[in-house]
Amino acid sequence: MSKVKIDINHVSKLANLNLTKEEKEKFEKQLSSVLTYISQLNEIETEGVEPIGHITGMVNVLREDEPRPSLSQEDSLLNASKKQNGFFQVDSIFEE
Amino acid sequence: MVREETEFVNWEAVIGLEVHIELSTKSKMFCGCSTDYFTAKPNTHTCPVCLGLPGAMPKANKLAIKYTQLIGLALNCKTRTGSKFDRKNYFYPDLAKGFQISQYDLPFSENGHMFITTNGRTKKIGITRAHLEEDTGKLIHTKLNGTRLTLVDFNRSGVPLIEIVTEPDISSSLEAKTYARNLQQVVRYLKVSDADMEKGSMRIEPNVSLRKVTKGQESMVKELPPYKVELKNINSFKFAEKAIEYEIKRQRKILESGKMPKQETRGWNETKQETVSQRSKEEAHDYRYFPEPDLPPFAFEEKYFKSISEEIPELPDEKRKRFTKDYSLAENDARTLTEGVELAKFFEEAAGAYKKDPKIVANWITGEVLRRLNEENKTISDSPLLPASLAELLFLIDKGEITKANGKEILANMIKTGDDPRATVIKLKVTGISDIKLEEIVIQTISRNPKAIEDYKKGKEASLMFLIGQVQRITKGQAKPEKVREFVLRKLSEAD
Ligand SMILES: [Zn+2]
Repeated sequence: MSKVKIDINHVSKLANLNLTKEEKEKFEKQLSSVLTYISQLNEIETEGVEPIGHITGMVNVLREDEPRPSLSQEDSLLNASKKQNGFFQVDSIFEE
Repeated sequence: MVREETEFVNWEAVIGLEVHIELSTKSKMFCGCSTDYFTAKPNTHTCPVCLGLPGAMPKANKLAIKYTQLIGLALNCKTRTGSKFDRKNYFYPDLAKGFQISQYDLPFSENGHMFITTNGRTKKIGITRAHLEEDTGKLIHTKLNGTRLTLVDFNRSGVPLIEIVTEPDISSSLEAKTYARNLQQVVRYLKVSDADMEKGSMRIEPNVSLRKVTKGQESMVKELPPYKVELKNINSFKFAEKAIEYEIKRQRKILESGKMPKQETRGWNETKQETVSQRSKEEAHDYRYFPEPDLPPFAFEEKYFKSISEEIPELPDEKRKRFTKDYSLAENDARTLTEGVELAKFFEEAAGAYKKDPKIVANWITGEVLRRLNEENKTISDSPLLPASLAELLFLIDKGEITKANGKEILANMIKTGDDPRATVIKLKVTGISDIKLEEIVIQTISRNPKAIEDYKKGKEASLMFLIGQVQRITKGQAKPEKVREFVLRKLSEAD
């Protein structure tokens, strides 16, 4: 079983996480070993097996187009770390 | 042997369009929050689902899926019997969950086409796919105490959004604009969206690149350029046209200097009249799509598609063709009249009531009616004018009861009030009398009053006033005094 390499810089960027050098080394090892373990699945012969995205067997779970009451502005902002005039506030996303 | 250099002919624009249209359902795509957010206070149309709170379960809006399939069918797409939603993963503040529920490999509709006509030439534009996804929250970039920050309103988050992607078949800004206009018309005919560019319920993102066309290759299947520039922030057809034109010029300059334009996203800056590179910090294009685990897949039967396709009304193209054929209208008039379903319906009802030449009705609508409506920035649905009233007005003009010029004045009032033409004639005290009729009355009056003529010729001004009074009495004051005076004077001079 060959070890699976992981690009920790790319992965942390995608996950929007700022990791320290130590964390990067630690997580790179851990994630790589998880992937290596999972990659055992690749050894199974899947020729002719239909891909499946769901195992519940449910189809067409739909709702009618009927509006329901929403949360109040106060409730919707309850967990926000920063807010401003009824808006969620985040750091500026544009450079310059 | 001399090696021939391939002879350069021209640069050809290669344009594809990505159009996003918000569907006009009452509730959002995966939750029951109202979609009526346009003038609402921020974050008042949200719930755990559209705020992306942990543990919230999405449930798909049946009508939004049907709308997507209707659009697909109207665009000659193949509608999938088996479909599903997928997660598109990326971090951006307009997306509370860290992913957008979209469709990846099994869109509801794909492989369609639309015909567009520009400068009398008809061209087929391939539709790659039409898939359904959820709209994102709205970001406001602002400054507070000198610090730049971004504010987020999630009212729009989760509103059903259809994305319609074309093949790179478009080769000019005019073609792009025409395609987008046609598409807007189709979704409005289907009544699945108001597709309003200014309100943001329709958004156009063109991607533009240029390729070299060499001699002898003009009509060959050509390779796509190795780059493309995506244009964003476009909220009118005019901007789309300008941004594409600017991009074609900008890229040509770079290519002619022997360099290759950068693959990037650029926004249209209306003040500067140019496209500007839009780099944003957190965007990484590695979406890691996977089937949405919270939404089971869909299975549709052909008979379902058959039954919903019966709900598709006559579409703009068919209607236009029928108008030119059945009413013998000019192509241009037919195009104008079929711009919207309401105007087309108005025309057909007015033409039906008038019963005579429908071209006359068409002329009045495309001319006077639309001119007046445009002046007030209104559409036919905003006006109380009834098709039968327009027909009656034309009938009165034909009978000579009112002049054409006065008819226009009366119509202007009818468009505002919705009153019928006879009532408007009385109300406005305009000439209910045509020039021909007035002339008749004047001749009659003169021949009945030889004494007054004699006196007038002797220089008695009062006789003129007497004749005018006589005419006015017969017309019951419906003719304008200045006009009566002019007619009487003319007849008197002719009688000399
Ligand atoms: Zn919601």
